Amino acid sequence: MSIKAVISVIMYILLAPVAGGLMEGLDRKLSARMQGRIGPPILQPFYDLRKLMNKQVISVSVLQSSLLLCYLALMIFTGAIFFAGSDILMCLFVLTTASTFMYFAAVVTSSPYNTIASSRELIQIMTYEPAVLMAGVGFYLVAGTFSVAKIASSSTVMLTRMPGLFASFVLILLIKMRKSPFDVSTSHHAHQELVMGVKTEMGAQNLAIFTITEWYENAFLMGIVALFVVTSNPLSFVGAALLCAAVFFFLVLADNACARVKWGQMLKMTWLFTFFASGVNLLILMLIR
Amino acid sequence: MGKVKKSPWVLHYDGSSCNGCDIEVLACLTPVYDAERFGIINTGDPLQADIFLITGGINTQNKAVVEQLYDQMPRPKVVVAVGTCACTGGIFKECYNILGGADTTVPVDIYVPGCAARPQAIIDGLIQAIELFQKRSDKHDKIERRHKEEEERKAHDKVSGK
Ligand code: SF4
Repeated sequence: MSIKAVISVIMYILLAPVAGGLMEGLDRKLSARMQGRIGPPILQPFYDLRKLMNKQVISVSVLQSSLLLCYLALMIFTGAIFFAGSDILMCLFVLTTASTFMYFAAVVTSSPYNTIASSRELIQIMTYEPAVLMAGVGFYLVAGTFSVAKIASSSTVMLTRMPGLFASFVLILLIKMRKSPFDVSTSHHAHQELVMGVKTEMGAQNLAIFTITEWYENAFLMGIVALFVVTSNPLSFVGAALLCAAVFFFLVLADNACARVKWGQMLKMTWLFTFFASGVNLLILMLIR
Repeated sequence: MGKVKKSPWVLHYDGSSCNGCDIEVLACLTPVYDAERFGIINTGDPLQADIFLITGGINTQNKAVVEQLYDQMPRPKVVVAVGTCACTGGIFKECYNILGGADTTVPVDIYVPGCAARPQAIIDGLIQAIELFQKRSDKHDKIERRHKEEEERKAHDKVSGK
């Protein structure tokens, strides 16, 4: 590992929660403005976190905290692989493993809300996985390598060669970031028909760990979005930042404009879109070199 | 230790209210009043709530539910009774199944009167609840610290063979 990789991994570990928290704050503010409200301060997620760390810990299951810590550790590891410029496919596999720990953390409590929500969580993983893996393969077909560092330093802008793969990746971001219409297992905002979904039995510190993990995850996912534009040209970073902002705005807009769909509809819509957009894109990449 | 008052999450439970007060509670979250300005979230989860907001009186059937919700909330916590029904039993007071206000079942800290309580009054009650929440949190920290010190002293005594 080069010095540059080490520095970017350390930067990720330190800055990703800050970026993720700010993103959430911005999201809540933006949502409030879209609804004609003033909304909470941008730093509200950090206030929430501080409060959660100061509350009495009531654990429904002894295993829950350790499983959540595994979830956090694996999520940090996923981001570390990515920002070290290592193998993108490896990184996506570790991401899935992390999500599985999230599932276990929810299911061990055996509360009825959690049981339903965690089976929905599994369906969510099944729904977004094809789009994620196809994006990984797409990167390989365009750049000729799975190495994140080499993809990021190639001369082609990935987005121009893989627009279909990008579109389906943005669609599954709705699931990953728990936004309407696809927030079936737990919602980012207020409560839903399953109380808080997979978060129902998490209180105080456990919820804080969960929240921080989500922040790491969101920062990492934005990193993948950026990878679609970043090239060897340093100016491309500006383009990447703009693209991330645009995607973020789209996610918040969709969250406010859509109602939640049933899990069956989510699966159908996402898979259909993925197989057409990503599938056709992959075929073109494979046939026309 | 920490400042917790910037993030009060509210659990709203509707006892045997006529729904008048509940509509007013929801009105607090709408653009006109926007209680989220203060970081207030209307959560449905007792495990994550800090303020227990009760509307309507307690009847023989929901007494156990209210007790359980209160017990499931982690400390420090504050209870707010909104509306005359939740304060005293209100117009339902003489009904055969009504036990009275929320304070017949859980210790109520803040009473918000009105039939229905106005959003302004509810927000005022919540602001007072937030201050109390902070005070309780400070006290909670102090007790925790004392426990820790005591445990450390015990461990120290054990090592030094006293
Ligand atoms: S106080 Fe009045 S408005 Fe509120 S629940 Fe009772 S009867 Fe209904």
